[in-house]
Amino acid sequence: MPAVRGDGMRGLAVFISDIRNCKSKEAEIKRINKELANIRSKFKGDKTLDGYQKKKYVCKLLFIFLLGHDIDFGHMEAVNLLSSNKYSEKQIGYLFISVLVNTNSELIKLIIQSIKNDLASRNPIHVNLALQCIANIGSREMADAFGNDIPKLLVSGDTMDVVKQSAALCLLRLFRTSQEIIPGGEWTSRIIHLLNDQHMGVVTAATSLIDALVKKNPEEYKGCVSLAVSRLSRIVTASYTDLQDYTYYFVPAPWLSVKLLRLLQNYTPPAEDPGVRGRLNECLETILNKAQEPPKSKKVQHSNAKNAVLFEAISLIIHNDSEANLLVRACNQLGQFLSNRETNLRYLALESMCHLATSEFSHEAVKKHQEVVILSMKMEKDVSVRQQAVDLLYAMCDKSNAEEIVQEMLNYLETADYSIREEMVLKVAILAEKYATDYTWYVDVILNLIRIAGDYVSEEVWYRVIQIVINRDEVQGYAAKTVFEALQAPACHENMVKVGGYILGEFGNLIAGDQRSSPAVQFQLLHSKYHLCSPMTRALLLSTYIKFINLFPEIRTQVQEVFKQDSNLKSADVELQQRASEYLQLSIIASSDVLATVLEEMPAFPERESSILAVLKKKKPGRVPENDIKDNKSPTPITNHNNDVNNTTSSSADLLGLSTPTQPPESVVDNKKFVCKNNGVLFENELIQIGIKSEFRQNLGRLGLFYGNKTSSSLQNFSSTLSWSDENAAKLSVQMKPVEPVLEAGAQIQQMINAECIDDYTDAPVIIVSFTCNKVPYKITVKLPLTINKFFEPTEMNGESFFARWKNLGNTNQQRSQKIFKASSPMDLLVARTKIMGFGMQLLDGIDPNPDNFVCAGIIHMRAQQVGCLLRLEPNKNAQMYRLTVRSSKETVSVEICDLLSEQF
Amino acid sequence: MVRIFSFDYGAVLKQAFQMQFMLLFSRQGKLRLQKWYIAHPDKLKKKITRELITTILARKPKMCSFLEWRDLKIVYKRYASLYFCCAIEQDDNELLTLEIIHRYVELLDKYFGSVCELDIIFNFEKAYFILDELLLGGEVQETSKKNVLKAIAAQDLLQEDEAVEGALRDIGLL
Repeated sequence: MPAVRGDGMRGLAVFISDIRNCKSKEAEIKRINKELANIRSKFKGDKTLDGYQKKKYVCKLLFIFLLGHDIDFGHMEAVNLLSSNKYSEKQIGYLFISVLVNTNSELIKLIIQSIKNDLASRNPIHVNLALQCIANIGSREMADAFGNDIPKLLVSGDTMDVVKQSAALCLLRLFRTSQEIIPGGEWTSRIIHLLNDQHMGVVTAATSLIDALVKKNPEEYKGCVSLAVSRLSRIVTASYTDLQDYTYYFVPAPWLSVKLLRLLQNYTPPAEDPGVRGRLNECLETILNKAQEPPKSKKVQHSNAKNAVLFEAISLIIHNDSEANLLVRACNQLGQFLSNRETNLRYLALESMCHLATSEFSHEAVKKHQEVVILSMKMEKDVSVRQQAVDLLYAMCDKSNAEEIVQEMLNYLETADYSIREEMVLKVAILAEKYATDYTWYVDVILNLIRIAGDYVSEEVWYRVIQIVINRDEVQGYAAKTVFEALQAPACHENMVKVGGYILGEFGNLIAGDQRSSPAVQFQLLHSKYHLCSPMTRALLLSTYIKFINLFPEIRTQVQEVFKQDSNLKSADVELQQRASEYLQLSIIASSDVLATVLEEMPAFPERESSILAVLKKKKPGRVPENDIKDNKSPTPITNHNNDVNNTTSSSADLLGLSTPTQPPESVVDNKKFVCKNNGVLFENELIQIGIKSEFRQNLGRLGLFYGNKTSSSLQNFSSTLSWSDENAAKLSVQMKPVEPVLEAGAQIQQMINAECIDDYTDAPVIIVSFTCNKVPYKITVKLPLTINKFFEPTEMNGESFFARWKNLGNTNQQRSQKIFKASSPMDLLVARTKIMGFGMQLLDGIDPNPDNFVCAGIIHMRAQQVGCLLRLEPNKNAQMYRLTVRSSKETVSVEICDLLSEQF
Repeated sequence: MVRIFSFDYGAVLKQAFQMQFMLLFSRQGKLRLQKWYIAHPDKLKKKITRELITTILARKPKMCSFLEWRDLKIVYKRYASLYFCCAIEQDDNELLTLEIIHRYVELLDKYFGSVCELDIIFNFEKAYFILDELLLGGEVQETSKKNVLKAIAAQDLLQEDEAVEGALRDIGLL
């Protein structure tokens, strides 16, 4: 047993030794249970325990907790210790509380009282103990209780330095729990002036506080910029002996330097004051110069501290993005680090260079290091460093080097770690598309991707290559030829079969002139893969085959034979059975004209941004990959998930476009405000008005549609039909009563709709209203306000259970969805409130520490399940932006709810 | 390129750079100290701890001291039989976090006199007190070694006075 310092507790040391001597886990548990029973009986017993004993037992409980056991008693005794007049007992009491008491505890009032007493103590050590406790567990109640005293303590001339330090961080903690506690006005300047304090420790602590305050209110605290620059300037020009104990391994005040550099990253470079700006640039230059000086010590601590400051300075240079000279110097410095001995430095240099690559000033400078970066990707021993290299290659890629970088990434992919393959595939696919000047190259790259890493090629990637081939005539023949060749490999990936099947079905005729790829050969080649494929791919191939019948009438019988096979016509898979029998009939009955019309080449896809990028962003929450050089464009909102996925066809059923085409989206009237309201006018023009009333209970909904004829003639052939695919109808079933075919002048008719939510779904059904008026046909397509949020049941809950659930649901990325977006109209919290209340969830007031934020809870009712859902909307008035976070037990629900609500603001 | 004075969205969305938690554990995977600066339910704390200990123990010595984990960055370093591991925000300063760990080790070393794992086991409360002087609420409070040790010495002095007082009272001299 080692010596115990201070006033040792022998009983505790003995207990710890006992535990260490236990030979098995069981013995340990037995010993612990014995001790717990002992402590419990001591606490319950009639004999009053003295302070020392209480302290000893509380300490034992802490130790048991540290071993990983739950502790559910002793809190009261710990709170008793707080009021002990012995420091050592008080200190243990506070320790127990900061480790084991949660902020919602009923004991909080008692704790607050004890803290109050200690704050009033004349002994600064006692005051500090109280302050540290607040800084450790500070809650809303504490903010209410101490919000007045602590700012005074912080700026008062009488307060000792050590107390000021704790007070600054204590205030920071309280500010984080309730932002209104910081007094404004003259306090602002007094707090800012702490940056001038004599005591380095006070400045260090205060800078953290100021940084947080600035984030909330940059305008008000703008004065801190010049003070921070002066302070920084004094540090970087100081010799290491000037700052005595604040010099760390020959580096003057690295912690304070980093904090100041970070504080300055809250502002754009101080343009209005050229003096300050000049001094800041001098500081940054000095830091860059020092990096070139020979090290003052061989210790890693010296280089770490020095480089920590350097990296933070580079972050500020990148943030300011205004001094070309500094950016290029930073880049050269990082370039040197790329071949440093220290793995840590190489990692950080790669990471930091990613940011430099996005600045137009340093993009070219970063590209000079391409070879070294490629080597890092191939040779680094640590996968996290290799990953950084891949990220950097992605960021530095542009038109000039795309072919080389993509080729190197493809080469590396063959041996890359499984953990980063999927992400690499996405990156290669994005770069190849973005920088393709010649689309044959693009096709080659994607087919190579499938060949090398087929398992990691997601749907988005192969959908995209098909969209691009269909939209570009010049590449279709080449694509057909290339997939045909790729399919000849004895073992080829199923994704290759999908792409091959689709492309040959559309463009197989372009290569059919060559005997080696005659229609029969193409068909046999594809069909040789058929039996190895999943039902989804088979379904796709069946569609290819029917297209072949149109393209190549000479192989009709062969294809029909395949449709007729029992394994297709009587397949256990409904989709296959249906396709086989329908296609067979189609090929028998339809004339070649009909076939040619039905099986016509796919029309071009609407040009849209690739959805692959969104997938990549989703994979890396919190770290949005960049391959865009910043210019003056306005920042685009970042979305953590992707709305485009819904636009791309999501199952093989629609991929060939053989199902009835739905209305082109631009003609659908989608009245978004009905997401947050149930009644009103859904559509109106000079002919007709469509009103709606709806009510929802549990998973059932009833809607009444009211069609009013505004004209003085009758509307003939009136019909209103539903457009909602079978696949969707399996999730939301919608029954619509038919309406009378004539709507007389000035009359109104009603149509009832019943809906049942069966499973979670996205989007909402559409109705197509058609009629003729004075012999002119009209067609109106309107989206019904039947979004999934209509099936919410509001749920009341208190703060404690809200946050417990919130945290639980946040554990995995799958359950949460977040969007940060710019307000589409000026922010009005009252309007926002009304909208949120109409959205269907329970608005929970008084739970979020920031009164401007909205938090809500609700349950979505479906036939067989209920999905709990929590939501938080944070408006940022300064930025005119919102951040919306949705957490639920189901990812798809989180995403849809997030999408629906974000469109409302 | 001149940017007009405008709000920087990046900065607004940046979280505070507070350390999230610090863990000390042994080569055998036994937790020796845990300090959480962000409130989590106990269950989650245990899960995080287990996950991180396994991940870090599986890493080879020459590997980088930083790893991305969930949406955080983990900075760790091994000293003899003990691993010190901190979780920080993505954009926080990794190298300086390594040096926070080092400063903490130095403080423990100075206080206990070439510290070993056993010192921390038997005097875990002291290890906490020292940490609270260095880091408060996840922020660096005092980086001067001298000042931290002075604060701890003042605490010990108070305790010893109380101990002497207690002893004198016990034998009836007070």
